[in-house]
Amino acid sequence: MKKLMLGNEAIARGAYEAGVSVATAYPGTPSTEITEAIAKYDEVYSEWSPNEKVALEVAIGASVAGGRAICSMKHVGLNVATDPLFTVSYTGVNGGLVICVADDPGMHSSQNEQDSRNYAKAAKIPMLEPSDSQECKDFIIRAFELSEKFDTPFIIRLTTRISHSQSFVELGERFEVPTKPYNKDFNKYVMMPGMAKKRRVIVEERMNKLNLFANETDLNQIIWGSNKDIGIITSGIAFQYSKEAFGDVSYLKLGMVYPLPEKLILEFASKVKTLYVIEELDPFIEEFLKQNGIQCIGKEKLPVMGEYCASLLREQLLGIKEDNITSVEENVPGRPPVLCPGCPHRGVFYTLKKNKLTVTGDIGCYTLGALPPLESMDTCVCMGASIGMAHGMEKVRGNEQKRVAVIGDSTFIHSGITGLIDVVYNKGTSTVIILDNSITGMTGHQHNPATGYTIKGEKTRQVDLVQLCKAIGVDRVTVCDPFELDEFEKIIKEETAINEPSVIIAQRPCALLKTVNYKGKVRVNDKCKYCKVCMRLGCPAIVDTGDSIVINEALCVGCDLCMEVCKFGAFEKVGDTNE
Amino acid sequence: MSNISIMIAGVGGQGTLLTSRVLGTAAIKAGYDVKMSEVHGMAQRGGSVITYVKLGDKVDSPVIEKGEADILLCFEKLEALRYIDYARKDGIIIVNDQRIDPMPVIIGKQNYPDDITSKISSNNSNVYIIDALEVAANLGNIRVLNIVMVGFLAKSTGIKKELWYEAIRETVKEKFIDINIKAFDEGYRMAENYSR
Repeated sequence: MKKLMLGNEAIARGAYEAGVSVATAYPGTPSTEITEAIAKYDEVYSEWSPNEKVALEVAIGASVAGGRAICSMKHVGLNVATDPLFTVSYTGVNGGLVICVADDPGMHSSQNEQDSRNYAKAAKIPMLEPSDSQECKDFIIRAFELSEKFDTPFIIRLTTRISHSQSFVELGERFEVPTKPYNKDFNKYVMMPGMAKKRRVIVEERMNKLNLFANETDLNQIIWGSNKDIGIITSGIAFQYSKEAFGDVSYLKLGMVYPLPEKLILEFASKVKTLYVIEELDPFIEEFLKQNGIQCIGKEKLPVMGEYCASLLREQLLGIKEDNITSVEENVPGRPPVLCPGCPHRGVFYTLKKNKLTVTGDIGCYTLGALPPLESMDTCVCMGASIGMAHGMEKVRGNEQKRVAVIGDSTFIHSGITGLIDVVYNKGTSTVIILDNSITGMTGHQHNPATGYTIKGEKTRQVDLVQLCKAIGVDRVTVCDPFELDEFEKIIKEETAINEPSVIIAQRPCALLKTVNYKGKVRVNDKCKYCKVCMRLGCPAIVDTGDSIVINEALCVGCDLCMEVCKFGAFEKVGDTNE
Repeated sequence: MSNISIMIAGVGGQGTLLTSRVLGTAAIKAGYDVKMSEVHGMAQRGGSVITYVKLGDKVDSPVIEKGEADILLCFEKLEALRYIDYARKDGIIIVNDQRIDPMPVIIGKQNYPDDITSKISSNNSNVYIIDALEVAANLGNIRVLNIVMVGFLAKSTGIKKELWYEAIRETVKEKFIDINIKAFDEGYRMAENYSR
């Protein structure tokens, strides 16, 4: 049966068909749907792990125990998981182990644009790169087989346009793979210097075998076109763009991007007159060619950043400009993403801005609090950075500047806890606001240890954030509702004034959760003085028409926050009121 | 029919992702090769959202580029203006005559452009302006405006009506099938009766 599938769904299907027994991940766009889709198969144990490092460690454990395991993450998630990654390269596997990493060229939903192929090389782990959904499924099945054959983890590299594009996939049956026997093997799995030195040699021997394999495998294909003068070496989504731009020329399509097939590349290069290397982001393939003395055209003409597309290739490499473009000259206002109507974070950022606090921020929906009109975030670097950075700022500027760290519940569990321990241990006085909206929001509502439910929606032990913070040594932990603006402001003033670490847990669920049921709509009455204080909320449902304030009823969810803000009682509820 | 590139532009929350899935499913049923591309995550939160649906004998790149869209389906006027250069000169542009202010307009930093529909209409010859929101509201659920748009577009694709019904049945939640079929029919009828 043929089915239209996202690349991510096809990865999940491939893992299922390959008989995978354990799937782990921390959600991150564009990788999230892989594990969401696997979780639908009852035959597979799947979990949201607290972070990518733990996710990979769980997968390694499953592999050592003899099962096939897959671990998925976005590119920046692999940074978190690199510690186990570099050493599992030494230990190798028992059951097949595949790590899926989704890069985000163009930064659709990321804080940076890194090229994960560099990790494959640095960790000496082979990497495959599919170019459509069918290959996603096929390659993952191959990766499990090869992982066991070569006793190494495999990495599958995806990019946003592979993960989030749908194309046809031929479905197959699940192949039940029996769990391999577990034998205690000190020399293979205990990486102390004495054993690691021996495994280090094995890694190089394995690389030699993989170098030979890369030249022979059908994962790498030469596709001769009727035009043999022009040759293109490419992989992944860039293969599709190349085909669209160049059509019937010749291609060396690499399904295995590390290690690269030296002999095959030499053979292809020797038979074509003009050789292009077309790859998004870093000149990974191109540098390999140049090291081997092969002339090619690549980054001298093509950018090292952003996504490619067929017209870019036509323009840069063939000098053909698109002339079929029509446009209306107009200064079109941008439409940046915004906090949703009813978003619990809105109360937090309104209050932080009002109090002119310096705010170290973190990764999640709430990062949108950095944008106008809320504009109440000073920094955002990586998952968990808010707390460490607040502590670092304190060590330079003392308490002359009032500051707080804001971090989501899921992000706090991911890597905020260690930052908080640092604050306590090293005598900091930071105030940390945990934005507890009862879900992992930005990636589309995944459960996490603080929600009390597993990936399959089963009830489980819920991490008690209050007890956790107290156990770390934070004596001042306050739970409050960020929509009770007066009370919330009072708490913030108190906690930032005090000379010891404190945590404020701002608790209100995401407005998009099915359990949240705001009632009625808000309307503006004649008490409105057009003072525009409500406009500071940045609520998409509150509109300034130029001479009055109106509510866009199609967007208003009836959260009532504007009624809290207005001193004149100009907002009133139509229909039901909230409890 | 040869290859068709359909680009959908809207505002996060308007149901553009579901729209592309209905389109893709109908196209498969009609025997096309299909590729679709969408963007998730940060961009979805009330931001400008675009999705691509490409159908043909064999589709390579899942991405639609400037000057390439045979049909540009716009759920909101400003988004139509933003992405008009993606439509071919002779491409079909269908615009839902709805205004949703983006944050720079809401906070008074920029103005929402005037007369968007007339600007678009004077620039391209194949422009259809429809009030899908009103149709959806009359059906009792403004969320089905996306399928009203699909119904209008369906007329231009040559894919049989029955296949669209099947695609809707397979894509939307069961309790919303009936209203979505009605929405499709309304949109289709609007296309049949459309006069500029």
